[in-house]
Amino acid sequence: MTTLPSTAEETVSIEIGGMPIAMRTHDPSFRRLIENRYAGFVGTSPHSQLEFDIDLYEPSDAASARDDIDDELEVKIEAGEWLLRRGDFRARWSPEASRGHIRQSPSPYAIDAVLRIVHSLVLARQGGFLVHAASAIRNGKAFLFSGISGAGKTTISRLAPPDTTLLTDEISYVRRQGNRYLACGTPFAGELARVGENQSAPLSALFLLEKGLQNRIEPVGATEAVQRLLRNILFFADDPALVELVFQSACEFASLVPIRRLVFVPDQRVWDIIC
Amino acid sequence: MLDTPGRQIEMAEKYISRSSEIASRLLGGEVMIMSTADSTFFTLNEVASAIWQAADGCTPLSEIVADKICREFDVDREQAQRGAERFVDELSQHGILLVSDQPLWLAVESQ
Repeated sequence: MTTLPSTAEETVSIEIGGMPIAMRTHDPSFRRLIENRYAGFVGTSPHSQLEFDIDLYEPSDAASARDDIDDELEVKIEAGEWLLRRGDFRARWSPEASRGHIRQSPSPYAIDAVLRIVHSLVLARQGGFLVHAASAIRNGKAFLFSGISGAGKTTISRLAPPDTTLLTDEISYVRRQGNRYLACGTPFAGELARVGENQSAPLSALFLLEKGLQNRIEPVGATEAVQRLLRNILFFADDPALVELVFQSACEFASLVPIRRLVFVPDQRVWDIIC
Repeated sequence: MLDTPGRQIEMAEKYISRSSEIASRLLGGEVMIMSTADSTFFTLNEVASAIWQAADGCTPLSEIVADKICREFDVDREQAQRGAERFVDELSQHGILLVSDQPLWLAVESQ
């Protein structure tokens, strides 16, 4: 397939965690789909940190499109290039050239997956990560609420008081900045089906969610904190060097950010003890 | 090592070394280890952490037990040696610790 030269009008810049990624496609309807899906995260900056050219293909039928999404994901580095592959997309990306190419079905799930993987790989080298957690800003401080599916990420997000800015109810973006961490909003939504706000704030605490009979905060030992955090960090690549980076990032995070267990009843009063 | 009072059993000495295919970190007085090969996660208690930190490949395990475990944790030598052997066996099965009957630099040279 020949890729025609792209123009600025064919580019959509998606800026998550302060990192603009330019996505180029000749297909105007797919561009509109990206702009709508990532509304609030579509950047205006002419400079991007990464650029991807997108080629689209049509899956043979709806059933095969669904199967493609369920296919096993493969992420590996070969000759200095990251290769990302699932049934509904194939992507390659050179960190050195800051450029890549995606061949995908016109599904938003494919580009969503590519974005999550690329951000997680970039963040790993900067001491940050994407983590299964809801996050919110209140009184200038950010809080993470981490847990597996069903732990209460969406519930705690729904219960947030009106003066709270919701960053995400599903996948949180954690960026290291010197000796502190920032939580940044993401468009990666969970059951709330609501894109987070594109804002960031210094992270004050991470709460491990647990549903219970009363609201309380409990201390968590360092090793349990790291273990639980590692379970929830999004990690895609089968690469020993990256495993080590993520492990060290989790340890650093646990040594700098308070990690507590938040036992809660689904009631707005839980937010009274979050500070 | 003694199995019954007064009876000495000669056992082959063991030398232990940390694998290079791991990431480890001391946090809150405990060592955490992650295998970079399969992402298996281990946490070590204080005694196991002391053995881990002394695993330099050239100090015999019996010496580690005598100097680091019995002295610092006030435990019986025989009991400590048995515990150390179990710990070393378990971690070596996961490829986290390398074990040899001679100092590991000698083992590497002889290969």
